[in-house]
Amino acid sequence: MKIAVCISHVPDTATKIKIGSDAKSIDPTDVTYILNPYDEFAIEEALKTKEKFGGEVVVISLGDDSNKESIRKALAMGADNGILLKDNGMRDSLSLSKALADEIKFQNADLVFMGKQSVDFDNSITGQLTAEILGYNCVSVVVKFDINENKIVAEREIEGGKEVIETSTPAIITCQKGLNEPRYASLKGIMAAKKKVIEEKNATSFDNKLEIVQMSKPLGKQAGKILGNDSTAVPELVRLLKEEAKVI
Amino acid sequence: MANKILVVLEQRYNVIKKISNEISKAGFELSQKLNCEVEAVINGGEISDLNKIGNYGIKKITLLKNSEFTKYSPSAFSKSLTEFINEINANIILFGNTSLGKDLAPRIAARLDAGIAVDVIKIETSENNIIATRPIYAGKALVDIKINSEKKVFTIRPNVFNPGEPTENNSEIIVKGISSPDFSTKVVEVKKAEGKLDVAEASIIVSGGRGMKEAANFKLVEDLAEVLGAAVGASRAVVDAGWRPHAEQVGQTGKTVSPNLYIALGISGAIQHLAGMRSSKCIVAINKDADAPIFQIADYGIAGDVFEVVPALIAELKSNKFKKMPSFRRWHL
Repeated sequence: MKIAVCISHVPDTATKIKIGSDAKSIDPTDVTYILNPYDEFAIEEALKTKEKFGGEVVVISLGDDSNKESIRKALAMGADNGILLKDNGMRDSLSLSKALADEIKFQNADLVFMGKQSVDFDNSITGQLTAEILGYNCVSVVVKFDINENKIVAEREIEGGKEVIETSTPAIITCQKGLNEPRYASLKGIMAAKKKVIEEKNATSFDNKLEIVQMSKPLGKQAGKILGNDSTAVPELVRLLKEEAKVI
Repeated sequence: MANKILVVLEQRYNVIKKISNEISKAGFELSQKLNCEVEAVINGGEISDLNKIGNYGIKKITLLKNSEFTKYSPSAFSKSLTEFINEINANIILFGNTSLGKDLAPRIAARLDAGIAVDVIKIETSENNIIATRPIYAGKALVDIKINSEKKVFTIRPNVFNPGEPTENNSEIIVKGISSPDFSTKVVEVKKAEGKLDVAEASIIVSGGRGMKEAANFKLVEDLAEVLGAAVGASRAVVDAGWRPHAEQVGQTGKTVSPNLYIALGISGAIQHLAGMRSSKCIVAINKDADAPIFQIADYGIAGDVFEVVPALIAELKSNKFKKMPSFRRWHL
């Protein structure tokens, strides 16, 4: 079975975001980029599935040369091949999904894992969009995954519980924290990854339908009052919550 | 082309969800601004309380009916909805940014080849177009977006549009049977987390962090949550330590929440945690370290020991007559 994993290269979650001078993107100065945290669950699930049923895991990432760092990490964890779809511009999720769909079709992958969202734009829609473009089935926000022949049983997280979903391949699964424990890259894996060639292709271009008008910082919250340093402050806290904030 | 708005309502097990009122209100207000038609649609089975969707000015609600639609089916819901959207020629489609809306909206957008903006917290109009504002980087920045395709799909963050008290609805309700749905992907079972209120839906959240010292001490967090009718949340550190399930995690790689009241116990306030809860309407922090970053965004703080302050807070709340907030965001089953 050919398994594809789509990954993104995103600012570290500890990054303080500064708006760039164009007011339409962030200022990349001093920003460290990492493999999107949710994509680690996707890579792990792909590797586990390959270990059970055999096959090949191919990692696909769309972006510029810096994305190779995250592709390399996935290769070090155990993925077989990496593909960089080269693209320097900004893309909306639909245009990104169309380019990913093209490559997934070219790779002839009928099982695809992605993180449930990337932690930059937080859209959480790329998996569903790509699946619809390809005519694949899709289960999003998955915390449990099982496949037998081509039948898939997955659990997705919903408000206050989980939905058990049945579907079949070809399918795209978007992965949520809790699905598995991503492995660390072994030294052997890291050495092997250095020798693997990351294939580079130009990403197919599509029109963006979304236009960024401007980016801004949310209004800063004023630090409030520290009412005391022990339980004698409790009655005042309760009074303020009732009378001033009116939240209880 | 003239605009036409379609609001996609939500039910679970045939019970209308509160988000339906919120997006009905949002959709109607938008229709006033754009001076265009608005109607609503819902996938479901025997929905007895369709009239509980408040009377916000939406005159027509279509029920896409199938006995199996009490549970979600991504394939069947998206197919029937897309057909309906094309049939009535709607070009602005609003969903709630819920687990269902987030799953369904992009499928519809792809089928319509439409631009999509999710998790919208503000909608404004400009030259007959819509400017939608949404948080990115887990709320560390905001972005204003315009969709330039003819059809436009939006998901609206819960708890942002206040629908007010719903009044009895006198909309025309049209039932449209869906006879041969595509069930290639469908929910076969729903597992409810027993007795728990989910952080994503709660109007009050009590969260614990590493300052709770060990898993067993979360009893204190749970007790305070119980008194307030609140959901229990957790910081990433305690989820990674295995003290709490990841479903409770609040923060950049957990859930982004905006309850009316967020109480942080023993949470120092890493940037990733602040990103996930900073839009809460009122924030209370109880933490020994007066220099902890959590105090920089808290409305009220007590720089004391949680093990001394929280029991006193529970006692004070119990002895004090206060209006327990209705947990109306409780999951319907």
